[in-house]
Amino acid sequence: MAEIGGDEVERVIALARLALSEEEVAGMARDLGAILRHAESLAALDTEGVPPTAHVIPLATPLREDSAVSPLDPEIAVANAPRAAGTAFVVPRVIEGEEEG
Amino acid sequence: MAAASETLEEFRASLDSGESSSRALVEAALSRAEGIDERLSCFVRMRAEGALSDAEEADRRRAEGEARGDLDGIPVAIKDNMVMEGEESSCASRILEGFVSPYTGTAVERLRDAGAVVVGHTNMDEFAMGSSTEHSCFAPTRNPWKPDCTPGGSSGGSAAAVAAGLVPVALGSDTGGSIRQPAAFCGVVGLKPTYGRVSRWGLIAYASSLDQIGVFTRSAAEAAEVLEVIAGHDPLDSTSVPEPVPRFREALDGDVSGLVVGLPAEYFERSEGCDPEVLAAVREAVATLERAGATVREVSLPHTRYAVATYYLIATAEASSNLARFDGVRYGRRASEPKDLGDMYRRSRSEGFGAEVKRRIVLGTYVLSAGYYDAYYRKAQQVRTLLRRDFDAAFERCDVIATPTAPEVAFGLGEKTDDPLRMYLSDIFTVSANLAGVPALSLPCGFSRGLPVGLQLMGAPLAEAMVLRVADAYQRHSDHHRQRPPEFA
Repeated sequence: MAEIGGDEVERVIALARLALSEEEVAGMARDLGAILRHAESLAALDTEGVPPTAHVIPLATPLREDSAVSPLDPEIAVANAPRAAGTAFVVPRVIEGEEEG
Repeated sequence: MAAASETLEEFRASLDSGESSSRALVEAALSRAEGIDERLSCFVRMRAEGALSDAEEADRRRAEGEARGDLDGIPVAIKDNMVMEGEESSCASRILEGFVSPYTGTAVERLRDAGAVVVGHTNMDEFAMGSSTEHSCFAPTRNPWKPDCTPGGSSGGSAAAVAAGLVPVALGSDTGGSIRQPAAFCGVVGLKPTYGRVSRWGLIAYASSLDQIGVFTRSAAEAAEVLEVIAGHDPLDSTSVPEPVPRFREALDGDVSGLVVGLPAEYFERSEGCDPEVLAAVREAVATLERAGATVREVSLPHTRYAVATYYLIATAEASSNLARFDGVRYGRRASEPKDLGDMYRRSRSEGFGAEVKRRIVLGTYVLSAGYYDAYYRKAQQVRTLLRRDFDAAFERCDVIATPTAPEVAFGLGEKTDDPLRMYLSDIFTVSANLAGVPALSLPCGFSRGLPVGLQLMGAPLAEAMVLRVADAYQRHSDHHRQRPPEFA
């Protein structure tokens, strides 16, 4: 399982919303292969019936008073945006067929 | 060049006696940084104007008899993954270049509320992913003891800044050893508290179930003091522990008689590839504690050899999810003239992230993807349970566990950058404390080839007071923490 092919690496790169050069993909396949071969050592451990740990502390959802607080000012919230219009984030068009407005 | 920073106590004495002022201390820190940071690259950004004005405020408070406490007016540094209102933070990544935070993180806020003066952000491996501070979009930080060696990482800038006497206190973050390993490499104290002891609000996330903020200082007593300030429950971090914060300094009585120090065989005789000089220095430190009255007992952490694999599966899975937010929409870098939304995401991220960050995002995406989840991610979470149980059992037989912090002293710049797995394996002794969530501290315990060796002390969950007590007692019987890098003394 630890040998990981170029196609598989490209599938995962697409899932991760990255675009890598051929050279980077080859390097990634090599590095992931080495790391996953090391990770194969876990397979030897019997973990039948062992509960997984997602978090080390018991996580209850803490409740608080339902009191109103001021949210981040919308102008401040967009201050770091690469492109903003008023208090909106501007992104490339995602819905086809409408005129630029 | 201004003089190297002194201990917190000496700083305070000079402020209390009126011999110095906060403004003078901050000016000295800034000018010293200017003088030597071209060589070391500890800082990525200085905050000269803001720091001087904060220092003047501190001096005014002191003159009016309203000093806020022991840290009032003291210059400190924070890692570049911590945010402060109106200031840039970039996680040493191109993707966050120019990001100005609209708010201040809790740990930084608590330090500032106590009067500490933030002089700048320190260098790090990009998004805290690395063990050498070479994966920074800025220059790599250099080790003050030997500038052709790394300071360790990922909080290498903070560790080197304290070691080189630029500041007496710096904050770092530790996900798999990122405070303790650089503390060991730079010959300072580095404390990673219990998971949840310090709020993560305002810490840019790497792996949320492992990340923890902690401190760099020269002595354990100073670390105790700073921890008292930054620790404690925070409603803004639902994983922060709702437990009262002890007065850690009160536990530092110098007495270890009757305490049991556990030595896990897996970190000593059964450890492969640990430098014999490192092991010898650590054993000598344990012998010092024994002479001071502690009892030494062998304990076992049988799943240690699985820790690195477990860590890299869990941490990268969490990272792949956390770093999905860097998409070029709300902040950070956006690729120019994207064809469509997908193209914008992919190119913004690919241009903005460095090679190591991409590697971890891809690995994390892989282990979470359909068909591999059970074999890798779920399996790693189960092994994490076994590692936690190892610690639970060990702490029934001892009060603290002593080990080397790293299997080696500081390695050379460029020595491991071509071999990610080899770099990952250098975290062998530190990742378990993050997986189990226990507090752990590294302190200087000797030298090998002119470079500092770190002793790691780990405690039961929330037992920082015990860890600090043993570390402080050791420092009363040793002077390794008083050594300064000759070039920067």
